[in-house]
Amino acid sequence: MTVHFKQDKPDNSNRLDGMKQGVLGKPLPRIEGLAKVTGTAPYAAEYPVENCAEGVLVTATITRGKVTSIDRTSVLSMPGVIAVVDDEKLCTRAAQGTANEAPMQGPAQICYWGQPIALVIAETFEQARDAAKHLTVEYLEVDGAPLDPGAVDPEEQDDETVHQGDLANAMAEAAHSVDVTYTTKGHASAAMEPHSAIAQWDGNKLTVHASLQMLNYNIAELADALDMEEDNIRLISRFVGGGFGSKLGISEEVVAAALAATQIGRPVRVVQSRQQVFQTVMRRSETTQRLRLAADSNGKLTGFGHEALVSNLPGESFAEPVLQSSHFLYGGENRELMLKVARIHRMTAGSVRAPGEAVGMPALEGAMDVLAEKAGIDPVELRLRNIPEKNPEEDLPFSSHKLAECLKQGAEAFGWECGLRKPRQRREGEWWIGTGMASAARVHNIAEAKARVTLKSDGTALVETDMTDIGTGTYTILAQIAGEMLGLDPEQVLVELGDTRHPRGPGSGGSWGAASTGSAVYIACKAIREELAAKTGASEEELELREGKTATGETLTSLLDGKDLAREGHYEPGEIEDDYTASGFGAFFAEVRVNHYTGETRVDRMLGAFGFGRVLNAKTARSQCIGGITWSIGVALTEALEFDPRDGHLVNCDLAEYHVPVHRDVPDVEVVLVEERDGAASPIQAKGIGELGMCGGAAAIANAIYNACGARIYDYPMTPDRVLAAMPD
Amino acid sequence: MRPFQYIRAPSLSETSKLTAGEDALAIAGGTNLLDLMKLQVETPALLADINRLGFSEIEDTDDGGLRLGALATNTETAVHPRVRADYPVLARAILAGATQQLRNKATNGGNLCQRTRCFYFTNIDQPCNKREPGSGCGAIDGIAKLHAVLGTSDQCIATYPGDMAVALSALGAVVQISGDKGERSVPVRDFHLLPGDTPWIENVLEAGEIITGIILPAPVGGTQIYRKVRERSSYAFALVSVAAIIELTDGKFSRADLAFGGLAHKPWHDPRVEEVLLGQHPSDALIDKAADILLEDARGYGENDFKIPLTRRTLRAVLTQATEDAA
Ligand SMILES: Cc1cc2nc3c(=O)[nH]c(=O)nc-3n(C[C@H](O)[C@H](O)[C@H](O)COP(=O)(O)OP(=O)(O)OC[C@H]3O[C@@H](n4cnc5c(N)ncnc54)[C@H](O)[C@@H]3O)c2cc1C
Ligand code: SF4
Repeated sequence: MTVHFKQDKPDNSNRLDGMKQGVLGKPLPRIEGLAKVTGTAPYAAEYPVENCAEGVLVTATITRGKVTSIDRTSVLSMPGVIAVVDDEKLCTRAAQGTANEAPMQGPAQICYWGQPIALVIAETFEQARDAAKHLTVEYLEVDGAPLDPGAVDPEEQDDETVHQGDLANAMAEAAHSVDVTYTTKGHASAAMEPHSAIAQWDGNKLTVHASLQMLNYNIAELADALDMEEDNIRLISRFVGGGFGSKLGISEEVVAAALAATQIGRPVRVVQSRQQVFQTVMRRSETTQRLRLAADSNGKLTGFGHEALVSNLPGESFAEPVLQSSHFLYGGENRELMLKVARIHRMTAGSVRAPGEAVGMPALEGAMDVLAEKAGIDPVELRLRNIPEKNPEEDLPFSSHKLAECLKQGAEAFGWECGLRKPRQRREGEWWIGTGMASAARVHNIAEAKARVTLKSDGTALVETDMTDIGTGTYTILAQIAGEMLGLDPEQVLVELGDTRHPRGPGSGGSWGAASTGSAVYIACKAIREELAAKTGASEEELELREGKTATGETLTSLLDGKDLAREGHYEPGEIEDDYTASGFGAFFAEVRVNHYTGETRVDRMLGAFGFGRVLNAKTARSQCIGGITWSIGVALTEALEFDPRDGHLVNCDLAEYHVPVHRDVPDVEVVLVEERDGAASPIQAKGIGELGMCGGAAAIANAIYNACGARIYDYPMTPDRVLAAMPD
Repeated sequence: MRPFQYIRAPSLSETSKLTAGEDALAIAGGTNLLDLMKLQVETPALLADINRLGFSEIEDTDDGGLRLGALATNTETAVHPRVRADYPVLARAILAGATQQLRNKATNGGNLCQRTRCFYFTNIDQPCNKREPGSGCGAIDGIAKLHAVLGTSDQCIATYPGDMAVALSALGAVVQISGDKGERSVPVRDFHLLPGDTPWIENVLEAGEIITGIILPAPVGGTQIYRKVRERSSYAFALVSVAAIIELTDGKFSRADLAFGGLAHKPWHDPRVEEVLLGQHPSDALIDKAADILLEDARGYGENDFKIPLTRRTLRAVLTQATEDAA
C-alpha cells in the first residue's frame, strides 16, 4: 500500500523530536563502513560474473570531425580480441544529471579530443587495452574548432538574467564600491572508483551493475539509448566509490557494456581508465566572473552585480549555475545578474560537487572581503549588515535562515578578532600568518521519492529504495529515521539500496538525497505507526515506541501477530517550493600561512559553522562538512584542469597531476552544527548537507592569504606562482 | 599493455645479456615503469626483474663514506641511521618525494632512472620527441608549467622530476654501474644528460648496463637543507627544489654545495655559484649575485616563467636559513 504525501505547507510539528527511541541525530558509525574497509562491499566492477568479457573504450585523437573508417582487422587477430563495437548507439558523452534521456550518441561524429568512438572487447582486460591502443582509425578532421571560452560570442542564459533598478548609477553614487573580476579553473570530481559497468542479458532482460548516483533517471537514460523498455532493464548500484556529480547521469561505459554484451552474447565489463574518467566524464566549467558591489557608508549594499562566463560543448543544456545563491544571499536593490555560456570543444561540462556555488561563492565572498576593507568594516559585521529579510529579487520569504547564527557562532568558536583588519601583521620566520572568513550558501533541493518500509513480524524492519549511498551515510541515516519512528535500534533495520527493483526516488545528487528519500521513509513509517496505533487503540500521535515496545510494554511482535506490515511512502514536494526560498547557510573561518619566499600557502586551521535543518546523524553530517571544507582547500589552492590550447585536450588527467588536497594539506578542521528545523524544506525538517561545506570556503582561504601577506589574488587556485606575482615586496 | 616476457634475472651477467636488447628493460620497484607500461609509453618485449640480484645493502665504505645499494628502497635509505646522521640532506630529499607507500617500493636505482612527468610524454596520442623521436615537442607552446628553464633544447624542455638525485648531486655522490663491459663509476653530476638533439637519451647508461650502487663520500657536515617548493604539501613533484650543504667559517662561506631540482633535464649543479659564495660574508647582494649567475641562461616558456624568480627567492630562503642555523 502506498501512502502519498504532497507537501504544500510547512510542517513545523517536528514529530521526530517527540519520538522516544532517541537514535536520530546520534553520531552512529556507518552501517556499511566495515564492509567497505575490509573490501567485502562489492563495487560495480567487482561482481563475479561467469564468462565475462572485458571491454576498453577507444577514444578520439582529434578534436572535431568524423571517423571515416575503423579497421577492425587491425586488432581482430591480436591475442584474445573478440570484437570491436562502433554501434551508432554508443554514447559519446555522459548524461547530465536528471537528463532522463540518452546522452549524445553516434560515435562517428567527434566533438572533443578524447571522445569515445568505439569499444574493443577481449578475453582479458590487458588484451582489450592493448588492442584499443592499436585500433586503426581514419578521421576527416575539421579545423578551427573553438577552444577558448574568451574567444567566442557566448550565449546568454535568459532565465538567469536579472536587471533590477540601475546598478551603474548605484555604483557611481556609492560610498564604497568594488568592481573586480575573478577567474576559476575547471575542476574534476576525481572520485576514487572509476566509472564502470557489467552488462548481462538473460533473454530479453538486461541487468547492469554500474556505478551511478540516480538510478531512476539512469534507467530511463539507458533505456532510451538502447531503445528498450525500462521494464526489461535492472540497474544495480549498491556501493559507489564517490560520485561528486560525475555519476549523476550514465556515462559512456554503461551503454557500451550493454551493446557489447548484445553483440557477442556474453556478459561484458567496461571500466574506464583513470585518464578516461578525467577526459570523458564531466568537467566543472572554468569561469570568469565580474562582481560589482555598491554600498552606502555603513556598508549596506545598494547595488549588486554578478556576471559570469562559463563554457560547454555545443548541444549541452547544462551551464554551471554560478549565480545560484547570488540571487538571494545579500540585499541591494539595484541588481544586474547575467550568466553566459561559450560553446567550445573541450570535453563535456557538467555537475561537479555543488555546481554553481562551488565557484560562484568563492568569487562573491572574495569581493565582499574587498568591500569590507574599503568600507573599513569587519568582514563578519559587513555580512551581518547585508542579510536580506526576504529574497531580494522575488517577493519570497526565506523558509528559515541561519546565516547570522552561523556567522556569530562560527566567529566565536574560531576566536575571530573583530575589528579593523590590516594585512601583514603577523610573521613567524619565513611565514606570513593571517585569517579570513566567508559566508556559505547553497540552495536547498528536494524531489519526489518513494521508499518501502516493512516492519517484520519478528520485530525487525526492512527499508527498500533505489536511493544510492555514494559514501555519504545514506544506509545509516535511513536506518536511523526508521529506527526512530518505529522504536527500533538501527541495527534492527536492514536498508537495501541501489536497485531499480525497489521503489524509486531521485537518488543522490544536489544534496537532495537525505531530505527526499528520508521523507519517503518517514511517511512510510508514519503509516505503519498509524496501523500499530489502531491496534493499541491509541492515536498515532500518542503512540510511543521504544526498544520494540509501546509505552505500556506491549511488544511489536505481539502487535504484529506473525504478520509483516509494509507501507510504501511517497513524498512529493508541492506548492511549497514556490512559496519560499530555501537554502542552507553557513560561515567559514580560516587561518593560513604563506611563505614569504616561495609563495606556498598552507592552511593551519579551518572552521565551518552550518545550518542545514535537522541533523540526521551528527557524525556523517560532520564528515560531509569536513569533505566540503577539504574541497574548499582544493578550489582555493590546488585544483585546476589544464587544457591544451591547440587541441583542447585535458592534459593533467590523473591523480598525480590533478592536485586534490592530500591529508597533510587538510589541517585541524572544526565543524559547528547550528541547530535548525526547517519545516518548509521537508517533512523531516532537513535540508541538503553534502555541498554546502564547499560553497564559499575557498574565499575564506583567499581572504586569509590577503590578510597574511597582502597578496590580493583574483584567480583560483592560488598556486605559489600566483601568490608570488601578487605579493608586495 | 603490450604483452611482454618476464624473466627473473638470475645474475648480474645474465641481466646484462637480457637487457642488452633494444626491447628489454630492467624492473626494480616498478612504481614508474609499470605506470608507463599501462599507458604504453614504455613497451618492452622483455622485463628483467632485478630485485633478487642482491644490491640492497647499505654499508660503510673504507674511506668513511656510505654505499647505497641500487635495490635498497627509498624508505630503507631515508631511515638508515647513518644517512640520517651524516647525510641529512639526502634523507630529507627522499622523504620530500612521492608518498610513504611509493617510497616503500621505490628503489634507489629506479629513482635515478625515473622518467619525466611531462604531460605530452605520458600521452601516446600527443607528439613528443622523447617518446617518439621526430614527432615534435608537445610541451613547447603547450602546457609547460612543470617544465625546464635551464639547459633546454628546441627538441625537449622536460625536467628530471626526482628529488633524491638533487641531494646526491649536492653531496657529490658517485653512481656505480655494471654491464657486459665491466664496471664503471660516474659522478651523479654527470649521470643525467641534457636533452640536446637526443632527448630520448636521459643518462649515460648503455644497453645492458644497470646501476648497482651509489657511493656517498665521507661525511662533510655543515648545515644540510633540502627545500622543495610545491603546490600541495605531499605527493607533488617539485616546482623548484634546492639541496644545500653550507658551512660558515669566521662568518664566511667555507662550503656551499648546491644543487637544484625542477629546473632542468638533470639535477642542476653550477660550480660558478659555489665559487661566488666561497670566502664571502653572506649578504643579500651576494646571494643575488649567486642567483644571477645561476639563472644567467635561464629561459622560460610562458607558463613556467615563474620558476626563474621562484628559484632566486628559494635560494635566498635556503641560504638565509643556512646562515642563521650556522650562526
Ligand atoms: C604518483 C607518484 C609521485 C611521485 N612523486 C615523486 C616525487 O615527488 N619525487 C621523486 O623523486 N619521485 C617521485 N616519484 C617517483 C618515484 O620515486 C619513482 O617511481 C621510483 O623512485 C622509481 O623506482 P622503482 O624502483 O620503482 O623503479 P622502476 O619503476 O622499477 O624503474 C624505473 C626505471 O628505472 C630503470 N631501472 C630501475 N632500476 C634500475 C637499475 N638498478 N639500473 C638501471 N635502471 C634501472 C627501469 O628500467 C625503469 O626504466 C613519484 C612516483 C609516483 C608514481
Ligand atoms: S618536453 Fe620533452 S618530454 Fe615533453 S613533449 Fe617535449 S620532447 Fe616530449
